[in-house]
Amino acid sequence: MRRERAMVPEAEFRSYYGRPVIKAPIWHEPHMPTYLYLGGMSGASSLLAVMARYTGRPRLGRTARIAAAAGSAAGAVLLAAELGRPERFLNMLRVFKVTSPMSVGSWILAAQGGLSAVAATSELTGILPVAGDAAVLATGLTGPLTATYTAVLVADTAVPAWHEAYRELPFLFAGSALASAGAVGLLAAPHAEAAPARLVAVAGAALETAAGVVMERRLGLLGEPYQLGRAGRLMRAARVLTVGGGALAAVSGRGRTLAVLSGLALTAGALCTRFGILEAGRASAADPKYTVIPQRQRLDARAEPSAAPPDEREPANLA
Amino acid sequence: MAERMGFFTDTSVCIGCKACEVACKEWNELPDDGFVFEATSYDNTGALGASTWRHVAFIEQTRAVRVEGREEDVDRWLMSSDVCKHCTHAACVDVCPTGALFHTEFDTVLVQADVCNGCGYCVPACPYGVIQRRQDDGRAWKCTMCYDRQLGGLEPACAKACPTDSIQFGPLDELRQRAADRLAGLHADGHTEARLYGESPDDGVGGTGAFFLLLDEPEVYGLPPDPVVTTRDLPSMWRWAGAAAVSMAGVVAVAFLEGRVSGNRVPTGRSLVGRVLGRGVLGGRGLGGRRRW
Repeated sequence: MRRERAMVPEAEFRSYYGRPVIKAPIWHEPHMPTYLYLGGMSGASSLLAVMARYTGRPRLGRTARIAAAAGSAAGAVLLAAELGRPERFLNMLRVFKVTSPMSVGSWILAAQGGLSAVAATSELTGILPVAGDAAVLATGLTGPLTATYTAVLVADTAVPAWHEAYRELPFLFAGSALASAGAVGLLAAPHAEAAPARLVAVAGAALETAAGVVMERRLGLLGEPYQLGRAGRLMRAARVLTVGGGALAAVSGRGRTLAVLSGLALTAGALCTRFGILEAGRASAADPKYTVIPQRQRLDARAEPSAAPPDEREPANLA
Repeated sequence: MAERMGFFTDTSVCIGCKACEVACKEWNELPDDGFVFEATSYDNTGALGASTWRHVAFIEQTRAVRVEGREEDVDRWLMSSDVCKHCTHAACVDVCPTGALFHTEFDTVLVQADVCNGCGYCVPACPYGVIQRRQDDGRAWKCTMCYDRQLGGLEPACAKACPTDSIQFGPLDELRQRAADRLAGLHADGHTEARLYGESPDDGVGGTGAFFLLLDEPEVYGLPPDPVVTTRDLPSMWRWAGAAAVSMAGVVAVAFLEGRVSGNRVPTGRSLVGRVLGRGVLGGRGLGGRRRW
């Protein structure tokens, strides 16, 4: 029951037959990580739609409005499919609880989905342009909330690699969302109007990469789940695709092909990030060391002043 | 509001009979959760879960003990019946988006099966890994502290079935007093390794409605040594997310206005981003001067 790992030799800890202390997240693939991607893409696209409307870029605006509406609608479908009782989906709007990021998020997503649908419908049909513009303006508020609340959603759990990352995760998600929306602009908007999308893509890729690096460094032991195994492979693939896609986006003004390649790389990178985050959370929940060691260190640090003799604190030695 | 009721599980007198597991299954009509041979100990239940609301852990230990001036290896066998902690500050209640989870009049934590939509958020939120979603049923389930029996003035099935009174049920204040007395007795007898777990209202979950007397560190029993309700950090989490949301909006605003500025008022290539990234990168046919912005 005592275990030693070569990676962290000092990390000796005790557990019940190596069993996990907490339950791993039961959210499915591809539902949950794809929703994280779609929600981010939708939210950031809304910001693009707002700015495109007020800086006179109708074609980019149209692309962004459609992306925002499609992203949140598809995301909501995935969330409903994720439920153990999908027919009770509307129970999500039964109460409003600030202590539950999922409750807050359900209301945010309902607003984002409704408003972006109005904005896109008005855009495509030409009906009620004033209502469409008002709706798009309102998504300037719900959009960034849709893209970032999901970071609070995962951080507000006992999953060690998520909870302890609550400072960086919102910026990681915001960067990923910006890169995703920029990528859609690069792929679908006319080249002539896509310049702001290029800048958004570059900035998003930079923010996502920087937040990821800072997070893994600061987490120490809890950064491990983001580096090992399947999660590590996904996060590394995300890093390469995002940095590469961002670099391509920076020079994508030179040609349509570069823009398409950049958009594809950034989209793939954002998806890898979201799948990697879920996998890292699962891995950190499955191994008791990530739960026990930080808590034990916390207790020991608190007990330090009194300095109980070690044999009294730990009377039993396991065979 | 009735008095706060709780469990005091004194593991020092647990004999590992699993009567609590069986009584719980019987009374609550819980489905079986597979017949697994764990091959680690007498514990073939494994862990608490959607259909396991009491779980008896078996820990076989050898420890060095000083006998008449010399060290001798002594074997001991720890047994402990685990259960939902019914936290004062319950993460599952906090994060439940439907309001299905709530604190009852006995200050116990209960899932309303007719409201739960199986979102699964409570599952990773619990710092003890108690609550779980039942696969075929799709909803989250856990110990109710026999809410139905309590309404009828009866003690929960596990406590009723426990032959050694390892599981004691009653008003929490009374149980805490009883546990303090028991701990003092054990310490006086030289069992200095005895400790209470979850009895303190000052711990990370505000104290638990079901607390324990343990003979080793909590993690040896599969319990978290310093559990904290995840929502304690939630205000800070929302602030960080708010900052990220504002940053997002800022990035997009700059990206669009940048184009305008560089085209309309400021000479091309002298804009903020142009200067930061260099004309060669974003300029040329990208942000360059030939564009109408």
